Amino acid sequence: MIRVLLFGRLRDVAGWRERALDPAPASLFALKNLLAAEDPALGEALAGPGVQAAVDKALVRGDRALAAGAEVAFLSPMSGG
Amino acid sequence: MVRLQTEPFDPGALLSAFCEGREETGAVVSFTGLARAGLGAVTRLELEAYPGFTDAEIERIAEAARTRFSLHDVLIVHRIGEIAPGEPIVFVAAAAAHRREAFEAADHLMDYLKSRAPFWKKEHGPDGERWIEPTERDLADAKRWD
Repeated sequence: MIRVLLFGRLRDVAGWRERALDPAPASLFALKNLLAAEDPALGEALAGPGVQAAVDKALVRGDRALAAGAEVAFLSPMSGG
Repeated sequence: MVRLQTEPFDPGALLSAFCEGREETGAVVSFTGLARAGLGAVTRLELEAYPGFTDAEIERIAEAARTRFSLHDVLIVHRIGEIAPGEPIVFVAAAAAHRREAFEAADHLMDYLKSRAPFWKKEHGPDGERWIEPTERDLADAKRWD
Protein backbone atom coordinates (compact mmCIF):
# COMPACT_ATOMS: atom_id res chain seq x y z
CA MET A 1 0.00 0.00 0.00
CA ILE A 2 1.20 3.52 -0.78
CA ARG A 3 -0.35 6.93 -0.18
CA VAL A 4 -0.59 9.45 -2.99
CA LEU A 5 -1.05 13.16 -2.29
CA LEU A 6 -1.80 15.97 -4.74
CA PHE A 7 -1.08 19.64 -4.15
CA GLY A 8 -2.18 22.85 -5.82
CA ARG A 9 -4.05 22.75 -9.11
CA LEU A 10 -3.41 19.00 -9.48
CA ARG A 11 -6.05 18.28 -6.89
CA ASP A 12 -8.59 20.38 -8.79
CA VAL A 13 -7.79 18.47 -11.99
CA ALA A 14 -8.07 15.08 -10.28
CA GLY A 15 -10.94 15.92 -7.94
CA TRP A 16 -9.15 14.26 -5.01
CA ARG A 17 -6.42 15.21 -2.60
CA GLU A 18 -5.27 11.92 -1.14
CA ARG A 19 -5.59 8.24 -2.04
CA ALA A 20 -4.27 4.91 -0.91
CA LEU A 21 -3.23 2.46 -3.63
CA ASP A 22 -3.08 -1.26 -2.97
CA PRO A 23 -1.32 -3.10 -4.53
CA ALA A 24 1.36 -0.44 -4.83
CA PRO A 25 2.96 0.30 -8.20
CA ALA A 26 6.63 -0.71 -8.18
CA SER A 27 8.01 2.67 -9.14
CA LEU A 28 7.22 6.34 -9.46
CA PHE A 29 6.92 6.07 -13.26
CA ALA A 30 4.61 3.05 -12.91
CA LEU A 31 2.47 5.11 -10.54
CA LYS A 32 2.30 8.01 -13.00
CA ASN A 33 1.32 5.62 -15.80
CA LEU A 34 -1.37 4.08 -13.66
CA LEU A 35 -2.84 7.47 -12.73
CA ALA A 36 -2.65 8.66 -16.36
CA ALA A 37 -4.40 5.52 -17.65
CA GLU A 38 -7.19 6.06 -15.16
CA ASP A 39 -7.50 9.82 -15.68
CA PRO A 40 -5.86 11.23 -18.83
CA ALA A 41 -6.41 14.84 -17.69
CA LEU A 42 -4.47 14.11 -14.51
CA GLY A 43 -1.79 12.31 -16.52
CA GLU A 44 -1.37 15.39 -18.69
CA ALA A 45 -1.26 17.68 -15.66
CA LEU A 46 1.38 15.48 -13.97
CA ALA A 47 3.56 15.78 -17.07
CA GLY A 48 3.14 19.57 -17.15
CA PRO A 49 5.91 22.10 -16.62
CA GLY A 50 7.11 22.65 -13.08
CA VAL A 51 5.35 19.64 -11.55
CA GLN A 52 7.63 17.91 -9.04
CA ALA A 53 7.39 14.63 -7.15
CA ALA A 54 8.40 13.89 -3.58
CA VAL A 55 8.77 10.43 -2.09
CA ASP A 56 8.59 10.30 1.69
CA LYS A 57 8.85 14.10 1.77
CA ALA A 58 12.06 14.32 -0.28
CA LEU A 59 12.06 15.69 -3.85
CA VAL A 60 12.87 13.06 -6.45
CA ARG A 61 14.09 13.59 -10.00
CA GLY A 62 13.54 10.77 -12.48
CA ASP A 63 12.25 7.38 -11.46
CA ARG A 64 12.38 5.75 -8.05
CA ALA A 65 11.35 2.36 -6.66
CA LEU A 66 8.44 2.63 -4.24
CA ALA A 67 8.60 0.66 -1.01
CA ALA A 68 5.47 -0.49 0.80
CA GLY A 69 4.12 2.32 2.94
CA ALA A 70 5.71 5.03 0.79
CA GLU A 71 4.12 8.46 0.62
CA VAL A 72 4.23 10.00 -2.85
CA ALA A 73 3.34 13.65 -3.34
CA PHE A 74 2.89 15.40 -6.66
CA LEU A 75 3.53 19.11 -6.31
CA SER A 76 2.12 21.71 -8.69
CA PRO A 77 4.31 24.75 -9.37
CA MET A 78 4.61 26.43 -6.01
CA SER A 79 2.89 29.74 -5.34
CA GLY A 80 5.05 31.00 -2.53
CA GLY A 81 3.50 32.49 0.57
CA MET B 1 12.01 28.69 14.53
CA VAL B 2 9.41 28.05 11.85
CA ARG B 3 5.71 27.77 12.58
CA LEU B 4 2.85 27.12 10.18
CA GLN B 5 -0.56 27.74 11.71
CA THR B 6 -4.19 28.06 10.73
CA GLU B 7 -4.97 30.48 13.58
CA PRO B 8 -4.54 34.24 13.12
CA PHE B 9 -1.58 35.82 14.94
CA ASP B 10 -0.76 39.17 16.51
CA PRO B 11 2.45 40.50 14.93
CA GLY B 12 3.04 42.96 17.78
CA ALA B 13 2.89 40.20 20.38
CA LEU B 14 5.24 38.02 18.31
CA LEU B 15 7.74 40.88 17.99
CA SER B 16 7.64 41.71 21.71
CA ALA B 17 8.21 38.09 22.67
CA PHE B 18 11.01 37.77 20.11
CA CYS B 19 12.85 40.82 21.54
CA GLU B 20 12.71 39.62 25.13
CA GLY B 21 15.77 38.50 27.04
CA ARG B 22 18.42 39.55 24.51
CA GLU B 23 21.49 41.30 25.82
CA GLU B 24 23.89 40.85 22.91
CA THR B 25 21.43 41.45 20.08
CA GLY B 26 21.70 45.02 18.81
CA ALA B 27 19.15 44.73 16.03
CA VAL B 28 15.83 43.05 15.41
CA VAL B 29 14.15 43.55 12.04
CA SER B 30 10.67 42.21 11.52
CA PHE B 31 8.35 42.06 8.54
CA THR B 32 4.61 41.47 8.56
CA GLY B 33 2.81 40.60 5.35
CA LEU B 34 -0.96 41.20 5.11
CA ALA B 35 -3.39 39.51 2.77
CA ARG B 36 -4.58 42.03 0.17
CA ALA B 37 -8.12 42.46 -1.12
CA GLY B 38 -6.91 43.42 -4.63
CA LEU B 39 -9.52 46.22 -4.93
CA GLY B 40 -12.35 43.85 -4.09
CA ALA B 41 -11.20 41.03 -6.37
CA VAL B 42 -10.24 38.79 -3.44
CA THR B 43 -12.64 37.86 -0.68
CA ARG B 44 -10.43 35.16 0.83
CA LEU B 45 -7.14 33.40 0.29
CA GLU B 46 -6.62 29.69 0.62
CA LEU B 47 -3.06 28.69 1.39
CA GLU B 48 -2.03 25.07 1.33
CA ALA B 49 1.18 23.59 2.72
CA TYR B 50 2.55 20.03 2.73
CA PRO B 51 3.04 19.38 6.45
CA GLY B 52 6.44 17.89 7.20
CA PHE B 53 7.77 19.05 3.82
CA THR B 54 6.95 22.76 3.69
CA ASP B 55 8.13 23.39 7.25
CA ALA B 56 11.31 21.35 6.71
CA GLU B 57 12.14 23.34 3.54
CA ILE B 58 11.59 26.68 5.29
CA GLU B 59 13.59 25.48 8.29
CA ARG B 60 16.47 24.63 5.95
CA ILE B 61 16.45 28.16 4.45
CA ALA B 62 16.17 29.73 7.90
CA GLU B 63 19.21 27.74 9.06
CA ALA B 64 21.19 28.82 5.99
CA ALA B 65 20.22 32.46 6.64
CA ARG B 66 21.34 32.15 10.24
CA THR B 67 24.84 31.27 9.04
CA ARG B 68 24.93 33.60 6.06
CA PHE B 69 23.89 36.71 8.02
CA SER B 70 25.45 35.77 11.40
CA LEU B 71 22.03 35.84 13.04
CA HIS B 72 21.39 35.29 16.71
CA ASP B 73 17.88 34.07 16.04
CA VAL B 74 15.15 33.80 13.39
CA LEU B 75 11.39 33.45 13.69
CA ILE B 76 9.06 32.69 10.80
CA VAL B 77 5.32 32.35 11.35
CA HIS B 78 3.17 31.61 8.30
CA ARG B 79 -0.58 31.23 8.12
CA ILE B 80 -2.08 28.33 6.21
CA GLY B 81 -5.72 27.55 5.45
CA GLU B 82 -8.29 30.31 4.96
CA ILE B 83 -7.14 33.92 5.28
CA ALA B 84 -9.27 37.06 4.98
CA PRO B 85 -8.02 40.31 3.41
CA GLY B 86 -6.33 42.52 6.00
CA GLU B 87 -5.19 39.63 8.14
CA PRO B 88 -1.48 39.05 8.75
CA ILE B 89 -0.34 36.13 6.63
CA VAL B 90 3.39 36.02 7.35
CA PHE B 91 5.73 37.28 10.06
CA VAL B 92 9.51 37.18 9.83
CA ALA B 93 11.93 38.42 12.49
CA ALA B 94 15.73 38.35 12.42
CA ALA B 95 18.00 39.16 15.34
CA ALA B 96 21.64 40.09 14.85
CA ALA B 97 24.40 42.04 16.55
CA HIS B 98 24.04 44.88 14.04
CA ARG B 99 21.22 46.24 11.89
CA ARG B 100 22.62 45.56 8.39
CA GLU B 101 22.61 41.77 8.82
CA ALA B 102 19.14 41.86 10.37
CA PHE B 103 17.68 43.97 7.52
CA GLU B 104 19.27 41.80 4.86
CA ALA B 105 18.21 38.54 6.49
CA ALA B 106 14.56 39.63 6.75
CA ASP B 107 14.61 40.83 3.12
CA HIS B 108 16.22 37.58 1.95
CA LEU B 109 13.82 35.35 3.89
CA MET B 110 10.78 37.19 2.52
CA ASP B 111 12.04 36.92 -1.06
CA TYR B 112 12.45 33.18 -0.53
CA LEU B 113 9.03 32.80 1.09
CA LYS B 114 7.27 34.75 -1.68
CA SER B 115 8.67 32.79 -4.59
CA ARG B 116 10.22 29.49 -3.61
CA ALA B 117 8.63 28.22 -0.41
CA PRO B 118 6.37 25.23 -1.07
CA PHE B 119 2.94 26.79 -0.67
CA TRP B 120 -0.03 26.65 -3.00
CA LYS B 121 -2.18 29.72 -2.96
CA LYS B 122 -5.65 30.22 -4.35
CA GLU B 123 -7.60 33.45 -4.45
CA HIS B 124 -11.36 33.34 -4.09
CA GLY B 125 -13.40 36.33 -5.23
CA PRO B 126 -16.69 37.45 -6.76
CA ASP B 127 -15.42 36.32 -10.20
CA GLY B 128 -14.47 32.82 -9.06
CA GLU B 129 -11.20 31.30 -7.97
CA ARG B 130 -7.68 31.22 -9.36
CA TRP B 131 -4.34 29.70 -8.44
CA ILE B 132 -1.54 32.18 -7.86
CA GLU B 133 2.01 31.76 -9.09
CA PRO B 134 5.01 33.94 -8.25
CA THR B 135 5.17 37.14 -10.32
CA GLU B 136 8.18 38.06 -12.48
CA ARG B 137 9.01 40.59 -9.81
CA ASP B 138 8.93 37.91 -7.07
CA LEU B 139 11.25 35.66 -9.08
CA ALA B 140 13.66 38.49 -9.85
CA ASP B 141 13.69 39.50 -6.18
CA ALA B 142 14.59 35.96 -5.11
CA LYS B 143 17.42 35.78 -7.69
CA ARG B 144 19.18 38.72 -6.03
CA TRP B 145 20.41 36.32 -3.32
CA ASP B 146 21.65 33.41 -5.49
